[in-house]
Amino acid sequence: MSELDAFRHEIRSWLEENCPAEMRRPVTSESDACWGGRNYTFQSEAQRQWMERCAARGFTVPMWPTEYGGAGLSAEQAKVLREEMARINARSPLSSFGIWMLGPALLHFGTHEQKLHYLQPIARGEIRWCQGYSEPGSGSDLVSLQTFGEDRGDHWVVNGQKIWTSYADKADWIFCLVRTDKANKYQGISFLLFDMASEGVTTRPIRLISGASPFCETFFDNVKVPKDQIVGEVNRGWDVAKYLLGHEREMISATGGGERATSLGAELTRQGIELDPVLRAQVALYDVDALAFAAMSEKFSDEARSGRAHPAQPNMMKYAGTELNKRKHELTMMAGGTAALEWESEASGGGARSRGWLRTKANSIEGGTSEIMLNVIAKRILDLPGA
Amino acid sequence: MPLYHTDDQAMLADTVRTFMAEQGGIKSQLRHWRDTECPDGFGHGLWRQFAELGLNGILVPEADGGLGMGHVEAGIVLAEIGRNLTPSPFLTTAVMGATALAAASDELKGRWLPGVLDGNAVLAVAIDEGTKHDPQRIALKAERAGKGFRLSGTKSCVIHGASADCLIVAARTSGDDRDADGMTLLAVPKDVAGVRHDRIRLVDSAMASHVTFDNVELDGSAVIGAVDGGREVLNRIVAAGRVGVSSELVGVASGAFGITTAYLQTRKQFDRLIGEFQALQHRAAHLYSEIEIAHAAAYKAQQLLDAGSPDAELMVSVAKAKASSAANLAVREGVQMHGGVGMTDEFDIGLYMKRERALTEFMGDGNYHAGRVAELSGY
Repeated sequence: MSELDAFRHEIRSWLEENCPAEMRRPVTSESDACWGGRNYTFQSEAQRQWMERCAARGFTVPMWPTEYGGAGLSAEQAKVLREEMARINARSPLSSFGIWMLGPALLHFGTHEQKLHYLQPIARGEIRWCQGYSEPGSGSDLVSLQTFGEDRGDHWVVNGQKIWTSYADKADWIFCLVRTDKANKYQGISFLLFDMASEGVTTRPIRLISGASPFCETFFDNVKVPKDQIVGEVNRGWDVAKYLLGHEREMISATGGGERATSLGAELTRQGIELDPVLRAQVALYDVDALAFAAMSEKFSDEARSGRAHPAQPNMMKYAGTELNKRKHELTMMAGGTAALEWESEASGGGARSRGWLRTKANSIEGGTSEIMLNVIAKRILDLPGA
Repeated sequence: MPLYHTDDQAMLADTVRTFMAEQGGIKSQLRHWRDTECPDGFGHGLWRQFAELGLNGILVPEADGGLGMGHVEAGIVLAEIGRNLTPSPFLTTAVMGATALAAASDELKGRWLPGVLDGNAVLAVAIDEGTKHDPQRIALKAERAGKGFRLSGTKSCVIHGASADCLIVAARTSGDDRDADGMTLLAVPKDVAGVRHDRIRLVDSAMASHVTFDNVELDGSAVIGAVDGGREVLNRIVAAGRVGVSSELVGVASGAFGITTAYLQTRKQFDRLIGEFQALQHRAAHLYSEIEIAHAAAYKAQQLLDAGSPDAELMVSVAKAKASSAANLAVREGVQMHGGVGMTDEFDIGLYMKRERALTEFMGDGNYHAGRVAELSGY
C-alpha cells in the first residue's frame, strides 16, 4: 500500500467516526452552511461537533501549516481528503471568507506575528471576516476607490463607504482596501484590517431581488486603525488585492476537484419532473457542458496545485463556472413551471428555487463581472493588443 | 491521477508536435493530396514515417510489438493531427483498428499487425449503414455458408474504406437489425471477391467509400471475438474512435483559434489592430474558454477509458459532444473574424471549417452524444 493509500485509509476511518450523519448532506443554502464567528449560533449540535472536530485536526484549512491551525497536508493529501469527504457527501465544516480570501493573503504577505495572531482564530471559526472592496463609485473600476485613511502617526483615521460587503452585519472583522495616497492611483492603496466593533463603523443590509440581504452598505466615520493592522507595505495594498482576487475567483468558480459532477437531468427526474422533448434536449446539452466543466475544474485544480496553471486561468474558470450556474437555474425554473414561481410557501422551501435563481444573477457580477473576466483573458492569456 | 501530462507524456507531445508541424503541415500534406486528387486522400510516405516513430503501435501491447500506451497518448497524437489537419489513417488504423485487433485471434493479429506497425497497411472500420451515426443498427447480413459466412448488404461512408487493406465490418449474424446480440465483427481483406467501393471525396478532402457486399464469401477465421457476440468489442472500438476524434477536434479548434488570434494581432482597420476591439476580444476569450473545457473533457474521458472505469462511457460522450461544439464555434468565429479573406481558399481557416464538419459527424455528432448523456444519466 502506498503512503497515499494509507493516508486515504486513515482519512476514511476518521471521517467514518467523526462526521455526524446530519453533516453528510449537501448544504442547501448559504444560511445552511456553518460560518462561525463571535456572534454565531450553531444550527445544530451536529454542526458544532463537525466544525470543532475538523478544526481540532486542522481540517477546516487542510493545507495551512499546523502552527497556524492547519493540518499541513500536501496537495495530493488534500485532494484525497476532498475525495473522501465527497464520497460520503460530507459538507464543508466551515464556510469562511477568512479561509478563502484573507488567509491566503496573510500566508503570502503577512508577517510571522500576523499569521500567528490572525490565522488560528480563522481556522477555529472564532472570528468571521468580511471584505471591504467595492464602493458606490468603484465597481469594475475598483482601483478608483475613494475610502481614505489619513495618517495620524501611530494610526490611520478611515472615512468613506463600502458597498456589497457580504455579511458585513454578521462579521467580526473586515479586511479593507483604503486609499492612503491620493496622488497615486495604483500605488496609493493599503490593505487594512480592523474590528467591525470599532467606533465609527455602521452597516446597513441591502435588500436584493431575491428578497435576501447577504450584502451591506458599510460606512466608516473616523475609524481608528492602528498601524500594525496592515497587510503588506503601505500603499502596496493593490498587490495584495490582486493576489486575493485570484483566490476569490477560484472560489466562486471551482468545485475543487473532489466533488462529483451531477446530472441536472437526473436530479430533475428524481424530483418527479417530466421533461418535454425540447427541454430534455436543452437539459442534456447543459449536462454536457456541466460535466465537461467538472473535468475542467479537476484539471485546473490539479494544475494550480502543482504550479502549472496560467496565473490568469482563474478568470476563465470564474467566467465559465458562473455562466454555467446561471444557465442551470434558468433550466430549473423552466422545469419547475408554476411551482417554481412560489415565493413563500412551505412546500417550496420558502421559494428556494425562485430565490436561488435570482441569487445566481449576481454570480457573474460579484468578484469581477464576466465582461471583466473576458477582458483579462483577452489581454493576459491571449495577448491581444491592449486598449 | 492528476489531469496533466507525466514527463513521458510531455516528451511524447513535444516530439509529435514538432514532427507533425514539420512533416504533416497543411501545405505539404492536405493541400498537396487534395490538389493532386490523390485517390487515398493521404500520403503513404507520411504513414510510414508515423511508423518509424512508433506511433502506429501506440495502443498495441508491447508483447505484440507496440508501445503499449493508452488513449491519453493516442489523444496527444490526434490533437497534433487535428491542429495540422494532417490527412492520415491513424485514427481508423492505429486507434480503432488496433482496438479491434486486440480482440482478434493470433492468426488475424499475425496477418495484419505487422503491416499496421510498419506503416504498410491501412485499416478501416465499417459500422454505419445510414447517413447518421447509429451503431445500434446493424443490418448487413452475414449468413453461415460452409465453414464461413456469406455477406450481403451495404456500409455507408467508410472513411479510408477503399484504401484499407482490411475492413473491420460489423455484420448481422442473427436477430433483428437493432438487437444488441447477434452481431459479429469480421475482418474483410481488400482482395476478396464481391466487395465494391464507390469512392467519394468528402468536404474536407478526405476519401471515403460506400461499400457494397455482394455475396462475399469469408472463411470462419475472419471472425473477431465471438460469433453473435461482437457487441462488446464494437463498443470498445466505438469508444476508442469517439474519444480519439474528440482529441482531433480539440486540435482542430486549437489550430483554427491559433491562426485566428494571430490574424487579430496583424490585421488593421480604422488605423487599429482589429484585436484591440472589445467586441472581438470578448468572443475570442469566450472561445478560448470553450476550447480549454473541451480539452479537459477529452483528457478526462481518456483517463477513465485507460483506467477501465465504468464512468468512461458517459464521459466519452461528454467529450465528443463538447469537442464538437467547441471546434464548431472555433471555425465559425475563425472565418467570421478573418472577414473576406476567410472565404478564400488561399487562407487555411476554411480548411479547418471543413474538417470540423466532417469530424463532428464522425462517430456521432453533438446532438447524438447529448442524447447518450441523457440516456446514460437515466432521463
